[in-house]
Amino acid sequence: MPEQHPPKHAAEGPGAADKHDGTASHASLAEEETAAVVSVDTAGGAMEPSAVPATAQSGKLPGGPDTLLRRIFTGSGMVSVLAVLLALVIGGLLIASTDKQVATTSSYFFARPTDFFTAVWNAATRSYIALFQGSVFNPRGNGVAAQFAPFMETLTIATPLITAGLGVALAFRAGLFNIGAQGQIIVAGILAAWVGFALHLPMGLHLLLVLIAGIVGGALWGGLVGLLKARTGAHEVILTIMFNYIALYFLRYLLNTPAFQRPGESNPISPILDPSAVYPQILGTQYRLHLGFILAIGATLLVWWILNRSTVGFEFRAVGANPKAAQTAGINVPRATILVMALAGALAGMSGVAQVAGTEKVLTDGVAATYGFDAITVALLGRSTPWGTFAAGLLFGAFRAGAVQMQIQTGTPIDIVLVVQSLIVLFIAAPPLVRAVFGLNPRRRKPARTAKSKQAATTGGAA
Amino acid sequence: MKKSLRASFKRGSMAGVATLGASALVLTACGAAPEAGSTPSAGASDYTGCIVSDSGGFDDQSFNQSSYEGLKKTEKDLGIKVNQVESKTNNDFEPNLRAMVTAGCNLTITVGFLLGDATKAQATANPDKHFAIIDFGYDKPISNVKPIIYDTAQAAFLAGYLAAGTTKTGTVATFGGIKIPTVTIFMDGYADGVKYYNQQKGKNVKLLGWNKDAQDGSFTGDFEKQDVGKQLTKNFLDQGADIVMPVAGPVGKGAGAALNEAKAAGKDVKLIWVDSDGYLTAPDYKDIMLSSVMKQMGEAVETVVTEDKDGKFNNTPYVGTLANDGVKLAPFHGMDSQVPADLKSELEQIKKDIVDGKLKVESAASPKV
Repeated sequence: MPEQHPPKHAAEGPGAADKHDGTASHASLAEEETAAVVSVDTAGGAMEPSAVPATAQSGKLPGGPDTLLRRIFTGSGMVSVLAVLLALVIGGLLIASTDKQVATTSSYFFARPTDFFTAVWNAATRSYIALFQGSVFNPRGNGVAAQFAPFMETLTIATPLITAGLGVALAFRAGLFNIGAQGQIIVAGILAAWVGFALHLPMGLHLLLVLIAGIVGGALWGGLVGLLKARTGAHEVILTIMFNYIALYFLRYLLNTPAFQRPGESNPISPILDPSAVYPQILGTQYRLHLGFILAIGATLLVWWILNRSTVGFEFRAVGANPKAAQTAGINVPRATILVMALAGALAGMSGVAQVAGTEKVLTDGVAATYGFDAITVALLGRSTPWGTFAAGLLFGAFRAGAVQMQIQTGTPIDIVLVVQSLIVLFIAAPPLVRAVFGLNPRRRKPARTAKSKQAATTGGAA
Repeated sequence: MKKSLRASFKRGSMAGVATLGASALVLTACGAAPEAGSTPSAGASDYTGCIVSDSGGFDDQSFNQSSYEGLKKTEKDLGIKVNQVESKTNNDFEPNLRAMVTAGCNLTITVGFLLGDATKAQATANPDKHFAIIDFGYDKPISNVKPIIYDTAQAAFLAGYLAAGTTKTGTVATFGGIKIPTVTIFMDGYADGVKYYNQQKGKNVKLLGWNKDAQDGSFTGDFEKQDVGKQLTKNFLDQGADIVMPVAGPVGKGAGAALNEAKAAGKDVKLIWVDSDGYLTAPDYKDIMLSSVMKQMGEAVETVVTEDKDGKFNNTPYVGTLANDGVKLAPFHGMDSQVPADLKSELEQIKKDIVDGKLKVESAASPKV
């Protein structure tokens, strides 16, 4: 898994042609560059040659006429949409299977089948309507402000997902599988929270220090991984996983010391951050939406600029495509590794700040929730592009926000919502699967069938 | 070849699953359709009681579950509506609480100290709504929040005395999940019970796993890893303990498993359960279950909901004690014959002394009321 760097995919499989169609021009430019770098390495023999015949990579899709419509449907954007649709349908069936009414009506299915199908339809749609009302727009709200409150909640929950997702995506682009967002959020949370409750500074300055402390904390924790990888060659997956544990247990230790507890209490929960240390609520006190969301938009812009307009960004992508070739081309690979991990940590650190200064306002051992791990799926879903990650963060935020309403209105277990989320990621991560389900897989269509029949004749079995 | 084998196996199993599913459907789908419009109407009460769990969820075999079951019972008994929402992470607390308020809950029960801040914020923002919080009290009372807390040390004291009076090896043990007051209060009471026994009888029963003066001892680090609880229990057995009281929710099962193994190997070992009557809630270990230190959370929830429904809500903390049966020592069940009659009467006397205030059980974690 760690060897499968997203940029490489583009130059590897049959998806190469699709991706060039589906992504924006700057991305395809980038991939042409990386493709060029990769070809150097393939020639050197260090990388396995592509399993796909050269004809399949020529841009023409075998197994059907290369129409515009076909290109749209097999493009990665469409696959994402279809993946979400497929997940929603399967999720709907799962929801229906847990529904009491469905169970009752299935017992007399043959006597009156319409009851059963109505119940299935109702169970699924009721849940999804609740999901929508809990995440985007609630028509039963009291006034416009309350009607849009769910959407503000979505943005609030999306904030830490976006910044942490950006950190993971940035590292992905440099060929590093950063699983350490969780630990980076925790370390950032520890530092930011401590500055927030232990120091008492004037308005403005205090928040600025909290933000800096968090970003520095995350950057150190991430940069340390980069340093160890660059200096010793230790694998970043192992490093980041262990750094997650170190951060978590260190946090638990700190929360058992009086310095991180409330005076006179011994529960593992920190004092509340000073009012001067928390993000202002940007749209009034009725919403939880805070300044962190604006900063997340800024971070997305910054990452886009770094990746597509700056020299370091080019270096990151070159290293991601092929570190050896990048080194040959004169890029300082260790420096790029350390820098990209520090930047990734800094972005995850912003999530830590969004947690302690934005929504939670205290430090507990659950400060990172599961955001560090969700960030990996968000980055995958966003195909490691800045705005893709932003959009994926919003989608996941909507799921999280809507899940509450789904639980309350329909009694759907929250785990089912998580199942639907996981299904989406599963389908996104395996585009051929989705294409196969919808009969859009170019490679597997006619050639596959002919090959199968030929083989069947010789082996007498399945292909 | 391998591939084709796998493929045919896959196809075969899929077909099997499909047949099985279809036949199951056919078998269960032959019932008669009910008459239209025969849906029974539920008990007509406008009162809604709600509950928000902490990240343990309502199946934690601990305080979330007991509180939830208490509320579910009132749904039947009082005909009220019940809304429940589980928190998966600490981040869910505030959204969940907000959603409960929006859903029109009259009384919202929150479980655990981690929800303290979120409950306070929502209670302050919605002064017309009522809240109750389990296992947490505020320094400054809030007019619409009723804390439900327990002086568990009193019942744990009895358990410590019982363990000291029953041990054959002269060594008993305890361990906790995480070092938080709601856990250490059990251990404090247990330690004091052992100490009291030693004072009264001039014996020297040793306690492993908790030092009350240093406020430090053995912990598994969470309420999930049963294998750590099992390992810890084995260590205690190796050090000569024969009675163990795990204060770690589901991790207690790890202790139970280790003790069951020791019993199978011929050792005479016993388990003391916490929170609920383990003889009933953890029947796998009933052969080794000496007793349980019970916190009657379900009953407290029922009482608070009933009071609120009758318009008698108040913010005076409910403190479970031996006096009001909020905490107690569970019956001995199968172990009844192994507890000497003298010991039983001594326990009765100690309970009476604690209720009357003649015997003070103190813990740093005791509710300050």
